[in-house]
Amino acid sequence: MSAIYILWLRELKRYTRSRAQIVASLGQPMLYLLVLGFGLGPVFKRAGNGDYFQFIAPGVIGMSVLFSSIFSGLGLLWDRQFGFLKETLVAPVSRMQIMIGRTLGGATVACIQGLLVMVICLIAGFRPTNLSAIPLALGFMVLIAILFAALGMAIGSGLQDMQGFQLIMNFLVLPIYFLSGAMFPLNDARSVLKYITRVDPLSYGIDGMRNVLGASNTAFDPRLDCMVLLVVGAVFLVFGAYRFSRIEI
Amino acid sequence: MIQVRNLVKTFGSFTAVNDVSFEVAEGEIFAFLGPNGAGKTTTIKMLTTLLKPSSGQIQLDGLDPQTHQNQVRLRFGIVFQDPSLDGDLTAWENMEIHGVLYHVPHKTRVHRSEELLKLFELWDRRNDQVKKFSGGMKRRLEIARGFLHTPKILFLDEPTLGLDPQSRNQLWSHVKRVNEAERVTVFLTTHYMDEADRVAHRIGIIDHGKLVTQGTPKEIKEQTGTESLEDAFLKLTGSTIREEGANAADQMRQFAKMWSGGRR
Repeated sequence: MSAIYILWLRELKRYTRSRAQIVASLGQPMLYLLVLGFGLGPVFKRAGNGDYFQFIAPGVIGMSVLFSSIFSGLGLLWDRQFGFLKETLVAPVSRMQIMIGRTLGGATVACIQGLLVMVICLIAGFRPTNLSAIPLALGFMVLIAILFAALGMAIGSGLQDMQGFQLIMNFLVLPIYFLSGAMFPLNDARSVLKYITRVDPLSYGIDGMRNVLGASNTAFDPRLDCMVLLVVGAVFLVFGAYRFSRIEI
Repeated sequence: MIQVRNLVKTFGSFTAVNDVSFEVAEGEIFAFLGPNGAGKTTTIKMLTTLLKPSSGQIQLDGLDPQTHQNQVRLRFGIVFQDPSLDGDLTAWENMEIHGVLYHVPHKTRVHRSEELLKLFELWDRRNDQVKKFSGGMKRRLEIARGFLHTPKILFLDEPTLGLDPQSRNQLWSHVKRVNEAERVTVFLTTHYMDEADRVAHRIGIIDHGKLVTQGTPKEIKEQTGTESLEDAFLKLTGSTIREEGANAADQMRQFAKMWSGGRR
């Protein structure tokens, strides 16, 4: 237990110590929120889909949770390069504990990041139907964060260099984001796109947040959103733990 | 304290460690020497539970690293060839994480961390982030950390690589002091023959995966009829440069990893 706690705490300390990085990582969601939110707003309205800003805010929150959690797992690459990974792998604790500590740490950081973006959304004019929905939205953030932190861990366990990192960024993280319906309503998506968006776990996370926050254009039942995230999250955790247990140094 | 019998490790068709046997007594400082790619690090990895031997027996304090992984890990400290600290954390926090991972009780941890940081002259810098430390300071911190859980054996894999003579001297005097004070067995590798000559009680020389000779520095010099350990070393292992061999070995390991990785 204490091993899990200390590795969780380590992730948090590293996060709070990199202030510049916190600010930098808020820049991208803000850009999406403000530029797309206000830029595409009138078109969206004219198409009869309601307020785009209310629609995109949960998407942008989901995006920041996605990026932050998946990068925490890919952080294994840094620990491998700078050697700290070895220190934990020769310690007399099971790999499982190490993996769980790191994953929970990364997920916690991602949730903090998501909450920060939510605060920015609220300041910029996002209005959930009632404020009591925010804890429920946080629940969805936690599910998204754990799911993608575990996926990041699974991928990070096999990464050997920076080239691999770029590959993951362009062919996995960005597609997950763009295909999640963070920026467009899933109901209107046509043919192939419709099916692809339904395979993307982030679709359900963002849809879940839209559901509880009372945004328009939701695609699924919130209970379905929650179920999918739980099941896929559990699968990814097992997969991540398996991959982590196979690391050789 | 360490017993190794007929140890073999192969990577595909490449034999990195070939039928190596030796023993290290309790409280002894044993230097494991050899040219690049001779099999030193591979041996250390097998001794420290990181690699499975292809065949042969290992016993650390009477325990097999394969079957009693966690008990064995509690009994040794290790300083790797390349650094293994978290640069974003402070020296104190690095010690703390290590202590928790090795189940050192809180009180003992605080007390011993203070003692060790003072001994290794890092106490004044304990609240500084490790990334601000010099190479020598980082090494000292790693060794201090390795001693935190009062191990019976300390493994040092080329700990003085890239350090200036002052830091090297200081480092060895610290290691010797703890070795004497706590009867810690030390197993080290180095490329500096003068260090091995000065620090080690006994020496084993490995080349092409085979143990060429072992004995006290004096015995080895007498055996080869040479003045210095460096001459003895060169006489035993030849003067061909091994950079190629080392790279090939690394490549083999890389390939082995890639292939096994691809199949998973």
